[in-house]
Amino acid sequence: MCDEHVLSQEFEIKGGDFSNAGKASTSIKEILREIGIDSSIMVRVCIAAYESEMNVVMYARRATLTLSVSPKMLNLRLEDEGQGIADIPKAMQEGFSTATNEMREMGFGAGMGLPNIKKNADHLEISSTPGKGTSLDLTFFLNKDREK
Amino acid sequence: MNQYVHFVRVDSEKCDGRMKCMRICPTEAIRIRNGKAVIIEEKCIDCGECITVCPHNAIVPLTDPFGELTKFRYTVALPSPGLHAQFGKEILPKKIISGLKNLGFDDAFDLSHTCGEVSFAIQEYLREYSGPRPLISIACPTVVRLIQVKYPALIEQLIPVEVPREIAARELKKKKAKQLGIKDKEIGIFYLTPCPAKMISIKQPAEKGKSHLDGAISISDIYGPLLAALEEVEKKDYRKDLEDICILGMGWAMSGGICRTLRLKNSLAASGISEILKIFDDVERGKLKNIDFIEAYSCSQGCVGGSLTVENLYISYNKILKMIETLELEQIKACPDIRDVRKLYRQNYYGIDRKIEPRPLKPLDTDLTKAIKKRIEKEEIYESLPKIDCGVCGAPTCMALAEDIVKGEAQLTDCIFNLPQEFADLSQELSGILEKSASFRSVKHGFTKAINKKEKR
Repeated sequence: MCDEHVLSQEFEIKGGDFSNAGKASTSIKEILREIGIDSSIMVRVCIAAYESEMNVVMYARRATLTLSVSPKMLNLRLEDEGQGIADIPKAMQEGFSTATNEMREMGFGAGMGLPNIKKNADHLEISSTPGKGTSLDLTFFLNKDREK
Repeated sequence: MNQYVHFVRVDSEKCDGRMKCMRICPTEAIRIRNGKAVIIEEKCIDCGECITVCPHNAIVPLTDPFGELTKFRYTVALPSPGLHAQFGKEILPKKIISGLKNLGFDDAFDLSHTCGEVSFAIQEYLREYSGPRPLISIACPTVVRLIQVKYPALIEQLIPVEVPREIAARELKKKKAKQLGIKDKEIGIFYLTPCPAKMISIKQPAEKGKSHLDGAISISDIYGPLLAALEEVEKKDYRKDLEDICILGMGWAMSGGICRTLRLKNSLAASGISEILKIFDDVERGKLKNIDFIEAYSCSQGCVGGSLTVENLYISYNKILKMIETLELEQIKACPDIRDVRKLYRQNYYGIDRKIEPRPLKPLDTDLTKAIKKRIEKEEIYESLPKIDCGVCGAPTCMALAEDIVKGEAQLTDCIFNLPQEFADLSQELSGILEKSASFRSVKHGFTKAINKKEKR
């Protein structure tokens, strides 16, 4: 696809900023609605974006979330600066969490974040350097439903 | 093309473009064009916020005037439980019902028993349901429309149990037609409504072709005459009247009332449009999966806070709350028999007639490639705007103006901050024209000079 047809938008997320958590995913939803993305895909993107956002708020210092949409696919790229993930396969397991008691009291830390992101995205790539940060790359195919 | 009928209208004589409505509208459905408010029908969810906020009462709900009553041979008033909250605590539903008959209605029917039945029907539905949670009550028509427009993915989570007013109207028509030996059409059933949204749900239901109700009269219109028509009730009758009240039904007047009177453990009540938007965002993100039932109202504190009510919403909320507490304390349960409700529930007596369909807003373009292009353009336009949401252009936010420009409904020069640039461009163009004509004149001038010189020689 030629570049001029790629919509790209960046969102800054701050670690520990619970009061603004969810704003990026709400803005993303609004953009997708405006360009007419199917509501079932929209919900999946929204959930994945929200979970990624929450991971930053809970565990990282800061992050940039980039949304890019071309007519064929949608990509969410999250680059964070923070503690990183020591054992990625373990973090991908349902129920595994390093959340503190305070976070659990707020209803987070069920160990469903990353598994939920994986479940909702068509493709997921994750890499992390402990002590530095994590990067997530999520892909959603937009015409998958139409092909079926 | 879908045409949505809205029963909120702008009186352009009274409107002086104050922008209060434009700023409060939760779906950005109002623009100021040529100094007057204009409602964008596609975006309007009939919440009535604009009606409440307008300083000139220029936004009017199209409720029916009393005159409509004469069209029918037999008329029945069906008051919203919210009406019971409008008077002091000594005035019980029974007194209000007889007051309505004094006003000239042939009959009046207290909705609280039907509300009670519907509460039980909701309970049945919750018990048998196994799909995605939480389920959402359809009691508030604005909530239904909000979900149709902004949260189409949550449509499946709306509870397909008909609202009490429709069930009551349907059954009353059948009963009265049989009793009196007249036709359905000759019976007019009028809902006494606390909000314009219910009016609209009668004129254009979200879930089916036609309402069983024939019209709606606002509580604020009927309040004065009704107050004068109320009769004194003797003390001993008061206790008897109290024992007739269905506690489940009273719950429908206020936010949280259904949850409380049904004693639902895993439920949540939310009211006020900005609050329910937050709740639905969370539901959509899958955050509230552990909740079974959400009772949401667009008006603060539920129907008692409707824009067509009279009493202060906290006072009326409190009246209902105290009434429920009294009934709980006295253990008064004049409620329908749950076994009867279950039986009828099996026969789909409480089901809604038709599926509620999503009504998503139109995207910037139906073609995805073009829509993406337009969205990029919109962002570029937004970047050139001052981002202070002053509203002078007639759109509620700079972002909304950018969208209107991309859609071709507004121009960049509508923004007063872009006017200086426009002036600069225009003046440059003008000075260009001036220069051209000046140089032409000087050429002409020079030419004539030369001729004169020649002639002199």
